[in-house]
Amino acid sequence: MITGVPVQYFLILATLMFFAGIYGFLTRRNLITMLMAVELILNSVNINFMAFNRYLYPHKMEGMFFSLFVIAVAASEAAVAIAIIINIYRRFATINVEDVNEMKY
Amino acid sequence: MTSNQLMFVLFSVMIIVFSILTVTTRRILRAATYLLLVLISTSGLYFMLNYQFMAAVQLTLYAGGIVVLIIFSILLTSHISQKFEPVGLKKSVFSALAAITGAILSIVTILDYKFSASVEAAKEVDMRLIGRSLLSVEYDGYVLPFEVISILLLAAMIAAIIVAKKGGPSKTKTPNYNKG
Repeated sequence: MITGVPVQYFLILATLMFFAGIYGFLTRRNLITMLMAVELILNSVNINFMAFNRYLYPHKMEGMFFSLFVIAVAASEAAVAIAIIINIYRRFATINVEDVNEMKY
Repeated sequence: MTSNQLMFVLFSVMIIVFSILTVTTRRILRAATYLLLVLISTSGLYFMLNYQFMAAVQLTLYAGGIVVLIIFSILLTSHISQKFEPVGLKKSVFSALAAITGAILSIVTILDYKFSASVEAAKEVDMRLIGRSLLSVEYDGYVLPFEVISILLLAAMIAAIIVAKKGGPSKTKTPNYNKG
Protein backbone atom coordinates (compact mmCIF):
# COMPACT_ATOMS: atom_id res chain seq x y z
CA MET A 1 0.00 0.00 0.00
CA ILE A 2 1.46 3.31 -1.05
CA THR A 3 0.93 6.07 1.49
CA GLY A 4 -0.73 9.10 -0.04
CA VAL A 5 -1.99 7.29 -3.13
CA PRO A 6 -5.59 6.05 -2.79
CA VAL A 7 -6.78 2.98 -4.65
CA GLN A 8 -8.93 5.13 -6.95
CA TYR A 9 -5.84 6.57 -8.63
CA PHE A 10 -4.78 3.09 -9.68
CA LEU A 11 -8.25 2.30 -10.99
CA ILE A 12 -8.43 5.54 -12.99
CA LEU A 13 -4.99 4.87 -14.45
CA ALA A 14 -6.04 1.36 -15.46
CA THR A 15 -9.28 2.71 -16.94
CA LEU A 16 -7.45 5.22 -19.13
CA MET A 17 -5.02 2.53 -20.30
CA PHE A 18 -7.88 0.10 -20.99
CA PHE A 19 -9.76 2.57 -23.16
CA ALA A 20 -6.60 3.58 -24.99
CA GLY A 21 -6.40 -0.11 -25.89
CA ILE A 22 -10.06 -0.14 -26.95
CA TYR A 23 -9.47 2.90 -29.18
CA GLY A 24 -6.47 1.20 -30.77
CA PHE A 25 -8.38 -2.01 -31.33
CA LEU A 26 -11.18 -0.12 -33.08
CA THR A 27 -9.01 2.10 -35.29
CA ARG A 28 -6.04 -0.07 -36.22
CA ARG A 29 -6.21 -2.18 -39.34
CA ASN A 30 -2.90 -3.98 -38.99
CA LEU A 31 -3.02 -7.32 -37.17
CA ILE A 32 0.15 -6.72 -35.16
CA THR A 33 -0.95 -3.30 -33.91
CA MET A 34 -4.31 -4.82 -32.97
CA LEU A 35 -2.42 -7.43 -30.97
CA MET A 36 -0.53 -4.62 -29.22
CA ALA A 37 -3.86 -2.97 -28.30
CA VAL A 38 -5.03 -6.26 -26.78
CA GLU A 39 -1.83 -6.45 -24.75
CA LEU A 40 -2.55 -2.96 -23.42
CA ILE A 41 -6.04 -4.07 -22.36
CA LEU A 42 -4.73 -7.18 -20.58
CA ASN A 43 -2.04 -5.17 -18.84
CA SER A 44 -4.49 -2.59 -17.53
CA VAL A 45 -6.63 -5.35 -16.03
CA ASN A 46 -3.52 -6.71 -14.30
CA ILE A 47 -2.91 -3.33 -12.67
CA ASN A 48 -6.47 -3.44 -11.34
CA PHE A 49 -6.02 -6.89 -9.84
CA MET A 50 -2.77 -5.96 -8.14
CA ALA A 51 -4.14 -2.70 -6.71
CA PHE A 52 -7.27 -4.44 -5.39
CA ASN A 53 -5.15 -7.14 -3.80
CA ARG A 54 -2.76 -4.72 -2.11
CA TYR A 55 -5.30 -2.17 -0.95
CA LEU A 56 -8.46 -4.10 -0.11
CA TYR A 57 -7.23 -7.63 0.69
CA PRO A 58 -3.57 -7.33 1.71
CA HIS A 59 -3.70 -10.56 3.75
CA LYS A 60 -4.57 -12.65 0.67
CA MET A 61 -2.84 -13.40 -2.63
CA GLU A 62 -5.71 -14.03 -5.06
CA GLY A 63 -5.17 -10.90 -7.12
CA MET A 64 -1.48 -11.56 -7.56
CA PHE A 65 -2.03 -15.11 -8.73
CA PHE A 66 -4.82 -14.04 -11.02
CA SER A 67 -2.57 -11.55 -12.78
CA LEU A 68 0.17 -14.18 -12.91
CA PHE A 69 -2.21 -16.47 -14.80
CA VAL A 70 -3.39 -13.58 -16.98
CA ILE A 71 0.22 -12.96 -17.97
CA ALA A 72 0.66 -16.64 -18.84
CA VAL A 73 -2.52 -16.61 -20.95
CA ALA A 74 -1.36 -13.39 -22.65
CA ALA A 75 1.98 -14.98 -23.48
CA SER A 76 0.41 -18.07 -25.06
CA GLU A 77 -2.12 -15.88 -26.87
CA ALA A 78 0.66 -13.73 -28.32
CA ALA A 79 2.61 -16.80 -29.44
CA VAL A 80 -0.36 -18.36 -31.25
CA ALA A 81 -1.50 -15.02 -32.69
CA ILE A 82 1.92 -14.29 -34.12
CA ALA A 83 2.12 -17.78 -35.63
CA ILE A 84 -1.24 -17.13 -37.30
CA ILE A 85 -0.12 -13.67 -38.44
CA ILE A 86 3.03 -15.07 -40.04
CA ASN A 87 0.99 -17.76 -41.76
CA ILE A 88 -1.45 -15.13 -43.07
CA TYR A 89 1.46 -13.05 -44.34
CA ARG A 90 2.90 -16.08 -46.12
CA ARG A 91 -0.42 -16.78 -47.82
CA PHE A 92 -1.68 -13.29 -48.63
CA ALA A 93 1.52 -11.18 -48.47
CA THR A 94 -0.29 -8.69 -46.25
CA ILE A 95 -1.48 -8.51 -42.64
CA ASN A 96 -4.06 -5.84 -43.21
CA VAL A 97 -7.39 -7.16 -41.91
CA GLU A 98 -9.32 -5.56 -44.75
CA ASP A 99 -7.33 -7.43 -47.39
CA VAL A 100 -7.62 -10.84 -45.75
CA ASN A 101 -11.18 -11.70 -46.67
CA GLU A 102 -10.96 -14.89 -48.68
CA MET A 103 -13.55 -16.70 -46.52
CA LYS A 104 -15.99 -13.79 -46.64
CA TYR A 105 -19.33 -14.42 -48.40
CA MET B 1 4.13 15.82 -2.34
CA THR B 2 5.98 12.84 -0.99
CA SER B 3 8.46 10.82 -3.03
CA ASN B 4 5.91 7.98 -3.24
CA GLN B 5 3.38 10.24 -4.88
CA LEU B 6 6.03 11.70 -7.15
CA MET B 7 7.03 8.25 -8.38
CA PHE B 8 3.40 7.24 -8.84
CA VAL B 9 2.68 10.36 -10.88
CA LEU B 10 5.79 9.77 -12.98
CA PHE B 11 4.83 6.16 -13.74
CA SER B 12 1.18 7.00 -14.43
CA VAL B 13 2.02 9.85 -16.78
CA MET B 14 4.45 7.58 -18.61
CA ILE B 15 1.84 4.81 -18.85
CA ILE B 16 -0.95 7.07 -20.11
CA VAL B 17 1.14 9.03 -22.60
CA PHE B 18 2.85 5.99 -24.05
CA SER B 19 -0.41 3.98 -24.18
CA ILE B 20 -1.98 6.70 -26.27
CA LEU B 21 1.13 6.94 -28.44
CA THR B 22 1.10 3.16 -28.91
CA VAL B 23 -2.34 3.27 -30.48
CA THR B 24 -1.93 6.50 -32.43
CA THR B 25 1.57 6.47 -33.88
CA ARG B 26 1.83 5.79 -37.58
CA ARG B 27 5.10 3.88 -37.51
CA ILE B 28 4.75 0.29 -36.39
CA LEU B 29 8.17 -0.14 -34.82
CA ARG B 30 7.63 2.99 -32.73
CA ALA B 31 4.34 1.54 -31.54
CA ALA B 32 6.22 -1.54 -30.31
CA THR B 33 8.79 0.65 -28.53
CA TYR B 34 6.07 2.67 -26.81
CA LEU B 35 4.40 -0.57 -25.76
CA LEU B 36 7.70 -1.67 -24.23
CA LEU B 37 7.89 1.59 -22.22
CA VAL B 38 4.31 1.10 -21.00
CA LEU B 39 5.09 -2.41 -19.80
CA ILE B 40 8.28 -1.29 -18.03
CA SER B 41 6.42 1.52 -16.25
CA THR B 42 3.78 -1.00 -15.19
CA SER B 43 6.45 -3.15 -13.61
CA GLY B 44 7.63 -0.05 -11.76
CA LEU B 45 4.12 0.27 -10.33
CA TYR B 46 4.28 -3.35 -9.21
CA PHE B 47 7.55 -2.63 -7.43
CA MET B 48 5.87 0.29 -5.68
CA LEU B 49 3.03 -2.00 -4.58
CA ASN B 50 5.68 -4.30 -3.08
CA TYR B 51 5.07 -7.25 -5.40
CA GLN B 52 8.65 -7.91 -6.42
CA PHE B 53 7.95 -11.29 -8.01
CA MET B 54 5.18 -9.95 -10.22
CA ALA B 55 7.34 -7.00 -11.25
CA ALA B 56 10.09 -9.42 -12.25
CA VAL B 57 7.62 -11.57 -14.18
CA GLN B 58 6.28 -8.47 -15.91
CA LEU B 59 9.78 -7.40 -16.92
CA THR B 60 10.98 -10.77 -18.15
CA LEU B 61 7.82 -12.17 -19.69
CA TYR B 62 6.00 -9.11 -20.99
CA ALA B 63 8.76 -6.58 -21.62
CA GLY B 64 11.27 -9.26 -22.49
CA GLY B 65 9.35 -12.03 -24.18
CA ILE B 66 6.19 -10.71 -25.76
CA VAL B 67 7.67 -7.43 -27.01
CA VAL B 68 10.60 -9.24 -28.60
CA LEU B 69 8.16 -11.64 -30.25
CA ILE B 70 6.12 -8.70 -31.57
CA ILE B 71 9.22 -6.90 -32.85
CA PHE B 72 10.36 -10.07 -34.61
CA SER B 73 7.04 -10.45 -36.36
CA ILE B 74 7.09 -6.75 -37.31
CA LEU B 75 10.49 -7.18 -38.90
CA LEU B 76 9.24 -10.28 -40.73
CA THR B 77 6.04 -8.75 -42.07
CA SER B 78 6.41 -4.99 -42.55
CA HIS B 79 8.80 -2.51 -43.96
CA ILE B 80 10.33 -0.47 -41.15
CA SER B 81 10.33 2.90 -42.86
CA GLN B 82 6.78 2.50 -44.09
CA LYS B 83 4.07 4.63 -42.46
CA PHE B 84 0.41 3.78 -42.03
CA GLU B 85 -2.21 5.75 -43.83
CA PRO B 86 -3.94 8.09 -41.36
CA VAL B 87 -7.13 6.70 -39.89
CA GLY B 88 -10.32 7.94 -41.52
CA LEU B 89 -11.87 10.90 -39.76
CA LYS B 90 -15.25 9.24 -39.23
CA LYS B 91 -13.78 6.06 -37.82
CA SER B 92 -11.35 7.84 -35.51
CA VAL B 93 -14.02 10.22 -34.23
CA PHE B 94 -16.48 7.45 -33.45
CA SER B 95 -13.83 5.23 -31.86
CA ALA B 96 -12.59 8.11 -29.71
CA LEU B 97 -16.17 8.89 -28.77
CA ALA B 98 -16.78 5.29 -27.68
CA ALA B 99 -13.51 5.16 -25.74
CA ILE B 100 -13.99 8.51 -24.02
CA THR B 101 -17.61 7.73 -23.11
CA GLY B 102 -16.59 4.41 -21.62
CA ALA B 103 -13.72 5.97 -19.72
CA ILE B 104 -15.92 8.71 -18.28
CA LEU B 105 -18.58 6.20 -17.23
CA SER B 106 -16.00 3.99 -15.52
CA ILE B 107 -14.25 6.87 -13.78
CA VAL B 108 -17.54 8.30 -12.50
CA THR B 109 -18.44 4.86 -11.13
CA ILE B 110 -15.03 4.47 -9.49
CA LEU B 111 -15.17 7.88 -7.86
CA ASP B 112 -18.72 7.21 -6.70
CA TYR B 113 -17.95 3.93 -4.97
CA LYS B 114 -16.70 3.96 -1.39
CA PHE B 115 -13.80 1.56 -1.17
CA SER B 116 -13.23 0.42 2.40
CA ALA B 117 -9.52 0.04 2.98
CA SER B 118 -8.60 -3.17 4.73
CA VAL B 119 -7.44 -3.15 8.34
CA GLU B 120 -5.73 -6.54 8.12
CA ALA B 121 -1.97 -6.68 8.37
CA ALA B 122 -0.31 -6.88 4.96
CA LYS B 123 1.14 -10.25 4.07
CA GLU B 124 4.76 -10.31 3.04
CA VAL B 125 4.73 -12.04 -0.34
CA ASP B 126 8.09 -13.71 -0.78
CA MET B 127 9.26 -16.33 -3.25
CA ARG B 128 8.94 -19.20 -0.79
CA LEU B 129 5.30 -18.39 -0.07
CA ILE B 130 4.49 -18.06 -3.79
CA GLY B 131 6.08 -21.41 -4.58
CA ARG B 132 4.32 -23.17 -1.73
CA SER B 133 0.94 -21.68 -2.67
CA LEU B 134 1.32 -22.63 -6.32
CA LEU B 135 1.84 -26.29 -5.42
CA SER B 136 -0.47 -26.50 -2.45
CA VAL B 137 -3.74 -28.43 -2.43
CA GLU B 138 -4.90 -26.78 0.78
CA TYR B 139 -7.48 -23.99 1.04
CA ASP B 140 -5.11 -21.27 -0.21
CA GLY B 141 -3.47 -23.46 -2.83
CA TYR B 142 -3.39 -22.92 -6.56
CA VAL B 143 -2.31 -26.31 -7.87
CA LEU B 144 -5.32 -26.75 -10.19
CA PRO B 145 -4.93 -23.44 -12.09
CA PHE B 146 -1.20 -24.08 -12.15
CA GLU B 147 -1.72 -27.42 -13.89
CA VAL B 148 -4.33 -25.96 -16.25
CA ILE B 149 -2.03 -23.12 -17.24
CA SER B 150 0.85 -25.51 -17.83
CA ILE B 151 -1.31 -27.57 -20.21
CA LEU B 152 -2.42 -24.33 -21.91
CA LEU B 153 1.20 -23.25 -22.39
CA LEU B 154 2.13 -26.65 -23.82
CA ALA B 155 -0.85 -26.56 -26.19
CA ALA B 156 -0.01 -23.01 -27.27
CA MET B 157 3.59 -23.99 -27.93
CA ILE B 158 2.60 -26.96 -30.08
CA ALA B 159 -0.06 -24.90 -31.86
CA ALA B 160 2.39 -22.10 -32.63
CA ILE B 161 4.87 -24.56 -34.12
CA ILE B 162 2.22 -26.34 -36.21
CA VAL B 163 0.54 -23.16 -37.45
CA ALA B 164 3.75 -21.36 -38.39
CA LYS B 165 5.35 -24.45 -39.92
CA LYS B 166 5.84 -24.20 -43.65
CA GLY B 167 3.58 -26.77 -45.27
CA GLY B 168 2.87 -27.30 -48.95
CA PRO B 169 3.07 -24.77 -51.76
CA SER B 170 1.54 -21.48 -50.74
CA LYS B 171 0.18 -19.03 -53.24
CA THR B 172 2.45 -16.12 -52.58
CA LYS B 173 1.45 -12.78 -53.92
CA THR B 174 3.70 -9.80 -54.35
CA PRO B 175 3.94 -7.92 -51.08
CA ASN B 176 1.69 -4.90 -50.86
CA TYR B 177 2.46 -3.32 -47.57
CA ASN B 178 -0.25 -3.05 -45.02
CA LYS B 179 -2.19 0.13 -44.88
CA GLY B 180 -3.25 1.23 -41.43
